[in-house]
Amino acid sequence: MNAVTAEAAAPVANPGASRISGTPLVEMRDICIAFGGIRAVDGVSVDLYPGEVVGLLGHNGAGKSTLIKILAGAYKPDAGEIRINGEKAEIANPRDAKRYGIETIYQTLALADNVDAAANLFLGRELRTAWGTLDDVAMEAATREVMGRLNPNFRKFKEPVRGLSGGQRQSVAIARAIHFNARILIMDEPTAALGPQETAQVAELIKQLKAEGIGIFLISHDIHDVFDLADRVSVMKNGKLVGTARTSDVTKDEVLGMIILGKSPPGAAAGPGASV
Amino acid sequence: MTDTTTATPATPASTPAPSSRPQGGAPSAPTSFFGALEIDMRFMGMLGALAVIWIVFDVLAGGTFLTARNLWNLSVQSSSIAVMSTGMVLVIVMRHIDLSVGSILGVTGMAMAVFQVGTLMPAFGFNHPAVFVLTLALGIGLGAAIGALHGFVIAYLGVPAFIVTLGGLLVWRGAAWAVAEGKTIPLVDDNFKLLGGGANGSIGAEWSWIIAAIACIAIAVAAVQARRQRQRFHFPLKPMWAEFVTVAAGCAAVVAATLIVNAYTLPPVLARRYAEAAGLDVPPEGISISFGFAVPVLVAVAVGIVMTFVTTRTRFGRYVFAIGGNPEAADLAGINTKRITLAVFALMGALAAIGAAISTARLNSATNAQGTLDELYVIAAAVIGGTSLSGGSGTIAGAMVGALVMQSLQSGMVLMRVDTPYQNIVVGIVLVFAVWIDTVYRKRFK
Repeated sequence: MNAVTAEAAAPVANPGASRISGTPLVEMRDICIAFGGIRAVDGVSVDLYPGEVVGLLGHNGAGKSTLIKILAGAYKPDAGEIRINGEKAEIANPRDAKRYGIETIYQTLALADNVDAAANLFLGRELRTAWGTLDDVAMEAATREVMGRLNPNFRKFKEPVRGLSGGQRQSVAIARAIHFNARILIMDEPTAALGPQETAQVAELIKQLKAEGIGIFLISHDIHDVFDLADRVSVMKNGKLVGTARTSDVTKDEVLGMIILGKSPPGAAAGPGASV
Repeated sequence: MTDTTTATPATPASTPAPSSRPQGGAPSAPTSFFGALEIDMRFMGMLGALAVIWIVFDVLAGGTFLTARNLWNLSVQSSSIAVMSTGMVLVIVMRHIDLSVGSILGVTGMAMAVFQVGTLMPAFGFNHPAVFVLTLALGIGLGAAIGALHGFVIAYLGVPAFIVTLGGLLVWRGAAWAVAEGKTIPLVDDNFKLLGGGANGSIGAEWSWIIAAIACIAIAVAAVQARRQRQRFHFPLKPMWAEFVTVAAGCAAVVAATLIVNAYTLPPVLARRYAEAAGLDVPPEGISISFGFAVPVLVAVAVGIVMTFVTTRTRFGRYVFAIGGNPEAADLAGINTKRITLAVFALMGALAAIGAAISTARLNSATNAQGTLDELYVIAAAVIGGTSLSGGSGTIAGAMVGALVMQSLQSGMVLMRVDTPYQNIVVGIVLVFAVWIDTVYRKRFK
């Protein structure tokens, strides 16, 4: 147990794995969205490379979740464009996003509480028999396999997820995101409901997925969660981008300054939302 | 998650599951008798409540309740509400409500009667099979169209279902009146009348036994099939004795129902007349002719089986439940929640039309008051049957038993010669009481 925490706490001193070169996996350019006059996201540009973890930081209400919901297809932006592998992507709904290999773990987990783990894992993508009926047994088998990997002690396969603990629910949501060979993973506060051990396990998983070449957006309002795992951080304040920096070029205090004061340090590329 | 974590190096190679044993689900020994049978305790509770109601009425009504004749009548009288309650389950599971089913029943019943008498009969002739088929097709099509219209307004225009269907309650009741200017339209097609039950609309003893045999075989095959499926993936299995008990209980229920409906026979005079008309030799001591299962009951059971299949085995059913559990999650999972909503209301409309066919056929005519207050009985049946008004849970079988409970209360009070106003008072109280019991149950057992 201690070993995990120690490893998770160690700085990711591996800039080569996330060299900013080639075509980005995701580019979001000048994204704007307003809800009834409130500019929730205002001209934000972020990008993500294969095998990279980008932390999206900011206060509650800074517009982080809204931004990634646009990428996930839950909202349609008023302006701006999204490019996947350098090509312009049309993402009008969550199905489109999934077609581009974008999987999302929502802050709310977005689980249907009244059905079991397998039904949630395959929601919208059910396995079917030759007759066109639901192949529940095959889905349960797949769920047992993926859950066996994520959470080996999970037993409640027949129970509605309402009856699961916070950590178990979280692992169902994570299982759903990684089971379908995601290329781009969005994790919105993935450790919000978890204890320290489980948080360490998620950190372990993120490293593993990163090594597989998956690009990960990690959203959090807690800098400590993100700083050690992310290769870069993008900070938002009041719907605008304060700046983007490699975690190796800035200190935690500087990033804190970006979050609280909107002040972009020398090591960061300042965005339109920077106060200085 | 737990403390079993070790600091495995983060390599993809370490991910594949090492064994073919079921992951994360070692077979655990069933803890109790009922646990091993995998019985839905709430459903058993409902059957228990039904049994109590029957016995109490039988005692209070001086032994007239638990007779073959009364139970047969009960089954026929429950059919229409039972058919509609299966659709109401889906509507309520999706956190909606449909107050218009009684009026849809009224207008589709009226439309079917007018169409049959005014158009089909002159075109095809008396008792032509096409009359029966086209009447039903028109009714079901009309019901589905009305339901789809409601669903469209609810899903795409965003008007709450309560309001849309409250409007529908008035609109379609008015439409039922307008179709025939308030006249009562007698049905003419004898094939169509079979849907209403009665001596002709029953299948007799032999066919009842044939159907019972088929049902028993189906129950056994389903059990074997389910077991094979679980074996395929090495999942924990029910103990063998539990499989046998489940199948035996199912078959016993089928056989008991068959014995009851076959024990209800035509009165001797009618039986003699019937036999003579059929060209049978009538022995001097008289002849005994059983009613057997009534056609509307078979229709209701068939609808129940199809709807159970739809809710548990198809994507559509899975989505209905997921939407009821968490509409936002369903949306984010890429489910087209609006289309599903529309489909559910269309289905409800079609089922109301089937209910209309049964109840008009039973009365041999369509009146513009037909189905008045049925929406409340249908909703009550679904709710008594364990459908949660907060959405996300409910079963078809439960709703059908709920329909039987509602009808049992009414018939029982008729047998006890309780006046209509008091019947309504009792039914109202029972509804509230049943939901209260259910709330307590949910709180304790979640």
